[in-house]
Amino acid sequence: MERFSLDAAHLLAGGMVLVSFMMLYQNRILGLLNVFAAHAVVLALSVAWQAYIQHAPHLYVTAALALILKAALIPLALHRMVLRLGVHRTIETVGGIGLTMLMGMMLVALSMVVMLPAAADADPIAREDLALALSVILLGLLMMVTRQNAISQIIGFMSLENGLILAATGAKGMPLVVEISVAFSVLVAFIVIGVFLFRIRERFDTIDTQVLDDFRGGRE
Amino acid sequence: MPIVVALASIAGLFGVAIAMPFLVSRPGLATKVAYVASAALCLPLLGVGLFGLLGGNASHGELTLPFGLPWIGIHFALDALSSFFLILVDLGAVVASVYALGYGKHEHHPGRVLPFYPAFLAAMNLVVLAADAFGFLVSWEFMSLSSWALVLSSHHDGDNRRAGYIYMLMASFGTMMLLLAFGLLAGTEGHYAFSMMRLSAHLPWVAGLVLVLMTLGAGSKAGLVPLHVWLPLAHPAAPSHVSALMSGIMTKVAVYGFIRVVFDLAGPPSWWWAVVVLIMGSVSAVLGVLQAVLQRDLKRLLAYSTVENIGIIFIGLGLALAFKTNGMAGPAALAATAALFHAFNHSLFKSLLFFGAGNVLTGTGERDIEKLGGLIHRMPRTAYIFLGGCLAISALPPLNGFVSEWLTLQAILISPNLPQWGLRFLVPASGAMLAFAAALAGACFVRAFGITFLSRPRSPVAETAVEAEPVSLRAMMALLLLCLVAGVFPGVFLDAFGPAAHVLVGSSMPPQPLLPTLSIIPISESRSSYSGFLVFFFIMMASWAAIRVIHNLASRAHRRGPAWDCGYPDPSPVIQYTADSFAQPIRRVFGPIAFSAQIETFMPPPGDSRPARLKLSLRDLVWETVYAPLQHWVMFAAERLNVLQFLTIRSYLSLVFAALVGLLFLVATWA
Amino acid sequence: MGLIYALFIQGLQMVLVLVLAPGLLGFTRKVRARLHRRQGPPIVQPYRDLYRLVHKEVVLADNATWLFRNAPYLIFATTWVAAALVPTFASGLHFSWAADLIAITALLGSARFFLALAGMDIGTAFGGIGSSREMLFSTLAEPAMIMLFFTVSLVAGSTQLSAVATFMVTHATLRVSLGLALIGLIIVALTENARIPVDNPATHLELTMVHEAMVLEYSGRHLAVIELAAALKLLLYISIIACIFVPWGMAGVNDDPLAMLIGGATYLVKLGVFAFMMVMFETAIAKMRVFRVPEFVGGALMLGLLGVLLLFVSRSF
Repeated sequence: MERFSLDAAHLLAGGMVLVSFMMLYQNRILGLLNVFAAHAVVLALSVAWQAYIQHAPHLYVTAALALILKAALIPLALHRMVLRLGVHRTIETVGGIGLTMLMGMMLVALSMVVMLPAAADADPIAREDLALALSVILLGLLMMVTRQNAISQIIGFMSLENGLILAATGAKGMPLVVEISVAFSVLVAFIVIGVFLFRIRERFDTIDTQVLDDFRGGRE
Repeated sequence: MPIVVALASIAGLFGVAIAMPFLVSRPGLATKVAYVASAALCLPLLGVGLFGLLGGNASHGELTLPFGLPWIGIHFALDALSSFFLILVDLGAVVASVYALGYGKHEHHPGRVLPFYPAFLAAMNLVVLAADAFGFLVSWEFMSLSSWALVLSSHHDGDNRRAGYIYMLMASFGTMMLLLAFGLLAGTEGHYAFSMMRLSAHLPWVAGLVLVLMTLGAGSKAGLVPLHVWLPLAHPAAPSHVSALMSGIMTKVAVYGFIRVVFDLAGPPSWWWAVVVLIMGSVSAVLGVLQAVLQRDLKRLLAYSTVENIGIIFIGLGLALAFKTNGMAGPAALAATAALFHAFNHSLFKSLLFFGAGNVLTGTGERDIEKLGGLIHRMPRTAYIFLGGCLAISALPPLNGFVSEWLTLQAILISPNLPQWGLRFLVPASGAMLAFAAALAGACFVRAFGITFLSRPRSPVAETAVEAEPVSLRAMMALLLLCLVAGVFPGVFLDAFGPAAHVLVGSSMPPQPLLPTLSIIPISESRSSYSGFLVFFFIMMASWAAIRVIHNLASRAHRRGPAWDCGYPDPSPVIQYTADSFAQPIRRVFGPIAFSAQIETFMPPPGDSRPARLKLSLRDLVWETVYAPLQHWVMFAAERLNVLQFLTIRSYLSLVFAALVGLLFLVATWA
Repeated sequence: MGLIYALFIQGLQMVLVLVLAPGLLGFTRKVRARLHRRQGPPIVQPYRDLYRLVHKEVVLADNATWLFRNAPYLIFATTWVAAALVPTFASGLHFSWAADLIAITALLGSARFFLALAGMDIGTAFGGIGSSREMLFSTLAEPAMIMLFFTVSLVAGSTQLSAVATFMVTHATLRVSLGLALIGLIIVALTENARIPVDNPATHLELTMVHEAMVLEYSGRHLAVIELAAALKLLLYISIIACIFVPWGMAGVNDDPLAMLIGGATYLVKLGVFAFMMVMFETAIAKMRVFRVPEFVGGALMLGLLGVLLLFVSRSF
């Protein structure tokens, strides 16, 4: 049973890494939103499983938060936003998908190298979960770096935050307050960014950050 | 005793080389004499190799001849490793000589080939037998020079002259690296004999430097990326039987040099050696075959594929190094045997394929596959044998190429037990590169065979091709049979290579069971096994049964008609897929990463009568990042040093004097 | 006696895969048609097609060569041998040590090699386009398959399918790497069998077809043999996935006939379930552009590499 619960935890965390890769692969914005919702669902499952094996009921709250906010509300809101902005077309990636995926692989390898020897004497659940969580965080960052579209950058940011929650729940004894505050800060950030997006669009007629950069260059 | 026979045969080869200039007035006779004598003289060498390899681990004789360095003489020795490579060299040499009995008749200037050919064979044999630094380097350089002369045998072509120039530069660079490596190994006491080097202990940094120098020196001869630039230029430029020897055999002699020094002489390896070798091997495997897929020149395609296969051999060697440093005897033996087996296999099928390309060249006068096609009708035997070679090199069962790659993959599967983190990440990556290279090789040779031999002729020369001489075809058939035998009964070969692997890593694979299964078992039966014989037998039985059943019970009638082509038949062969269009999807997918491929299209607007244009630019990143800056700096330095050409006698004298004093000063402070 | 029994079981397996393969194809077509609210052809239709085709006269193009005429049989033989070596209703068959997972991959590679050459033999534009694309897909699908099999064999400690199946039954656990391998193998199976997101087996639209373009010039018994080989290949992939991931119910080599019967029944159920899931997926998804396929298959390669990497780092993934 011990063995099984460990394996299930790994499987769920590995599933998050996998979904992160799917996000890197997905180059249509509505598809990306669906994959992000899946990411949040896997996160909720993973957190709930941690709650079950650690006997920590407060983690169920975290799981429920993830499920409601990130798997349902935010994707739905973003979906509406995308439709209203009229940007549901193919998005571009810098450097091509194959190369991005390769870089992602290297990042996963890197996080393994960093985490596994560093936490060699730690609890095996925490150790390997931490390595996977770090991979999710790095993949989220990679996503933010490689995408030009502001909405995919937001999604990259939120998947990064999912990785943080995964890391936090894997390590035993994280207080609920911290989690809730993290979750809410993300929500706030999301709202702020959402408002800004519309303002930017109104002003410049695009949300492509490359184009926005050009505007800045032109002003000088 | 065997070594005396070997050296006598080598002397005989030199004798043939010296006699040739006196016979050139009668080219027909000279051709026959040269190739018959070469084949006859290489046979005893082959026998010596077989004797040495099957005789076990012990050394099979040493010999010191009283010339070479004063007071030291020149050493020759025969052990299992040199015997193994002696077999490789002389098997290839015998077959190439027999092939050349037919092919050589079409040579326009036999006088430029015949004297150098036996000398080239002799030099390669000497490299393998040499047992001191001096003998090794002299034979190595002789091998380079004689093959250089052969590359330049048709020097009217400007491309060939450029190839010869680059080859010369790279060969000199390689020899210089080897010279430095041997200098380090010899140490301050000057132990030039291999037996002395083996005994003396080397400092870790010295051994590491030797590895780097050997990778550069032997790697440039073998064709490791990024030192491979000369290879796709020089190998195709030579006559085809020499191309076969250069690609199939000479690269293996370079591998021998690397193995001899790194595994045998340099002492116990460090783990980072494996990293260097694995990276070079994997990159060579993938870049070599990616280049090969895009080539239109049949012989150049084969040369690039050599780069790939050398990469695969070095992956095996890298794994062997990794296991050896960690004291894992069984896996080390497996990886070393896999590398040796692949070297053996590659020498077989690459020679065969170059011979096939030679037949195409004499039959049509064309190397550009874009102008060939349909040769299977005019040259059925060549097509059949070439197809076999393509199957073997694409690592498809039941032929031999598959077995050695399978063994390498099995070695990779054991490596999670390696303790070093760097290797744990690198080894799976090189496994993926190996599998990727093998799959690309399949695409490459479907293209090479399909465009050259299948479909309809794309030019008049392809329509009027003529089949090659029977003697050449027989030589090729012998190679194909060997490929089949090595694929169907690999256990016999693995057992035979055991002593050679023992020289590399100090252990050999367990003996393979001969009966009742004829299968090969690298580690244990529950882990993995493969039986080439059964796979071959089942494929043959299944296809035979299918044909019999259908022909007897159903229908065997057939009728000829025009091609259907989905209802759009077009009589013009222009409509067919070409070599470039076949490679286009692969270029489009991998080109942007591997070659920074860029495509510019120009579509004139409607009503405009200008033609539409498509401009494709592929960049050779290795050339641009390594060689172009190097060339730039050399030119820069040369211009700065140009002043030295216009000094007075007095200043020259003072320069010499200053150099002398400086050296004396160095000696004085050193001691 | 034991040897005769073992040989009999091995022979039974060879005949079984051959007999079941067209039925599997018929089943997928039927399910697909029902999902489209069509009646669809009966399940035995592929058998009828094969019977009709082998009795027909072959029409060869004027310049067809011996390679073109012999390739179908070689393709069929290599695929059949590969399929016969995958445990279906019983593991540890008499000849199962003759080839492991890597060798099975390479046997399929041999079949593909001949198929691609056969497509180029006549010298038509369609044959060339099919061969070229098939080889492009294979350059990613084959290494992907090798890496995915690496993942599985690193977990099970063997590349022999029988040993893998036994290990999975006795040490069954949830593993990250096995999850990756399952998804990757499904992608590879869809690609290699020319199923929907990659190629459409039911169309002759020239720009969408890969497999059909290569066999365009074939007719009569040659076409029948190639179709049978394609059906065998589909069966083989489903059997491999079933054997690795749901090995339960499989009989051992020395079990009595009753256990063999149970094994056979569970095997049929597994085939049916996997085929049904595949058709569901196909119905729900649209075909991709050709140059989107390398990204799709490249995904499988990445999954394989990721799985192997994780296992190289820590055995508990």
